[in-house]
Amino acid sequence: MSNAQIEQIIESRYKHGFVTDIDSDTVPPGLDENVIRFISAKKEEPEWLTEWRLEAYRHWLNMTPPDWAKLQVPGIDFQSISYYSAPKKESDKPQSLDEVDPKLLETYDKLGVPLHERARLAGVAVDAVFDSVSVATTFKDKLRDVGVIFCSFSEAAKTHPELVKKYLGTVVPTSDNFFAALNCAVFTDGSFVYIPKGVRCPMELSTYFRINAINTGQFERTLIIADKGSYVSYLEGCTAPMRDENQLHAAVVELIALEDAEIRYSTVQNWYPGDENGKGGIYNFVTKRGDCQGDRARISWTQVETGSAITWKYPSCILRGDDSSGEFYSVALTHNYQQADTGTKMIHLGKNTKSRIISKGISAGHGQNSYRGLVKVGKNADHARNFTQCDSLLIGKQCGAHTFPYIESKNPSAKVEHEATTSSIGEDQLFYCQSRGLDEETAVAMIVNGFCKEVFQKLPMEFAVEARALLEVSLEGAVG
Amino acid sequence: MLKIENLHVEVDGKEILKGLTLEVNPGEIHAVMGPNGAGKSTLGNVLAGRDGFEVTAGSIRFLGEDLLTLSPDERAIAGLFLAFQYPVAIPGVNNAYFLRTALNAQRTARGEPELDAMGFLKLAREQAGILDMDDKLLQRAVNDGFSGGEKKRNEILQMAILEPKLAVLDETDSGLDIDALRIVSQGVNRLRDPQRSMIVITHYQRLLDHIVPDVVHVLADGQIVASGDKSLAMKLEKEGYAWLKATKTASEALTLAS
Repeated sequence: MSNAQIEQIIESRYKHGFVTDIDSDTVPPGLDENVIRFISAKKEEPEWLTEWRLEAYRHWLNMTPPDWAKLQVPGIDFQSISYYSAPKKESDKPQSLDEVDPKLLETYDKLGVPLHERARLAGVAVDAVFDSVSVATTFKDKLRDVGVIFCSFSEAAKTHPELVKKYLGTVVPTSDNFFAALNCAVFTDGSFVYIPKGVRCPMELSTYFRINAINTGQFERTLIIADKGSYVSYLEGCTAPMRDENQLHAAVVELIALEDAEIRYSTVQNWYPGDENGKGGIYNFVTKRGDCQGDRARISWTQVETGSAITWKYPSCILRGDDSSGEFYSVALTHNYQQADTGTKMIHLGKNTKSRIISKGISAGHGQNSYRGLVKVGKNADHARNFTQCDSLLIGKQCGAHTFPYIESKNPSAKVEHEATTSSIGEDQLFYCQSRGLDEETAVAMIVNGFCKEVFQKLPMEFAVEARALLEVSLEGAVG
Repeated sequence: MLKIENLHVEVDGKEILKGLTLEVNPGEIHAVMGPNGAGKSTLGNVLAGRDGFEVTAGSIRFLGEDLLTLSPDERAIAGLFLAFQYPVAIPGVNNAYFLRTALNAQRTARGEPELDAMGFLKLAREQAGILDMDDKLLQRAVNDGFSGGEKKRNEILQMAILEPKLAVLDETDSGLDIDALRIVSQGVNRLRDPQRSMIVITHYQRLLDHIVPDVVHVLADGQIVASGDKSLAMKLEKEGYAWLKATKTASEALTLAS
């Protein structure tokens, strides 16, 4: 991102009502300890959390952005970003769908987004939206009955400080990496989930149902704790493109699974990828990590990544408990000038720990897609087992697929398997489909969906259907 | 139905078909035989519209239309079907879903109503039964891990369901044992219809014992060098293709064959 572009973004934000008075809901661009204190004060956070943020900030000052990924990242001027801006006023938002870009509406149509959700996604003012508040309320009652806590991070910091303090930063510490440290210092909001002992969460938890999920901002923080013997399935993101004016996103997600607990975390990420010439688009630098603290704990990551101009993301599992297991199922698609460097880390520490990695990369146009994965077996992880399968599909001749598997084993009883394939979308497959009467676009979508099947099967049913539709929309114009 | 005139086709700059002329009327079955490298499969591919088969001269008319201006899917919708010599596997794509999508794409394009999942499954099971094909193959990925015989049956199943006006069977007999050959042939024969034509491309006469052609053509060095009835196929089986090479012109060969 050039300085001129940043300026443009900043400038356009000014248009939306930046004011100089520090007591208002906005801070000017730039980052220092005062800005962090300001954010913390705005959130009415306890002192320890303010200090925690400042500690992260001090680490961050001594860190540099990672440069090992196979990504071309334009220099980002972190002093020209505003780290806190108030939610938009209702009066500044579009007042009805008639004021929304017709192209966006067309995409919603293709994805089959229900009418009442379109307005919310397009950022239409709430009082003009047919909101499903009643649905959300019923939902909250049901969760309360079984003792599940599901709220915004800010709310949790006030209502359940003991849980937040106990677990925050235990999986991704403040000094973990450049983007995580930045997130720790300046995160504005996110989700908090606690599943009590032995409780099976009665429904899929989705950010959609969390009231005030809108405007969590570019530095989102998620913390999910599954107590002993509990189970939760969490859905993040949305297949429909969300209106978003922030170019840099640096989220952190921490999962903690205690003894016999299971967490399934599914993501569909469809942020603005930039136009067909590679202009614009979101930079997505995310740190996601789960800790299987207890014996027999299980964590599973499933992701479908089709958006963002740049994706830097490695949802990982620390397999600390004996007999714990970690899974990573991923579909990453890059089209036009998108770049993705994504994969996982499976850190085997406990005995008989198991991990499974299924990665499907699809490159089209000038897209560059890298899988980067680490399987690490500690010296006490007797009989650890890993299976990795990593497939790349190329559409066209200008795109690229790259695989960087790392294996480190300190235990001779470990068994690590790695399989990788790279194939072009077969001219013969395409011709076969066409000779049966399918047009080229349908044929490509069908072949690609088949390629991704193993991952889609891991998604909750409704999400899987949406993911298929999303892939088709994302691949439009990939051939011919 | 189909009229090919003076067709010249190049693959990678090399001329494979060198002035092929062939006319097929409604309801007729034509067998095209010939030695390896004669251009038999090229004929199938060029009819179905595969990339890389460049027509440098000549014309193909199908039901009065210029076939060469149509894309492969448009040709399928117009009623052309190619049963592949080597059917392609599409991992992860359910066989029944694939075929239903294809059928409904064709129906939609022709302005006919789509067939729903239940109706389709009933039809597919019925047709699979006739071909002695395991129902389970419908729920597996398209041709993925199918045996040679299962792939060929799947091709004929597709043909039975898509109901083309002209079917080109490219070496459907290759890789089939004698029982499978009989079953597949029966499946093909059931589809014989006064309004449906077929071009059966084969290397061996034995297929023609089961699918009896109206006309047999011999393709050698990119041209039809002989045409006749079933007896021509018998002669080829007995004497091989060598005698054809000894003859200088197509007309001489024709004389020999008669």
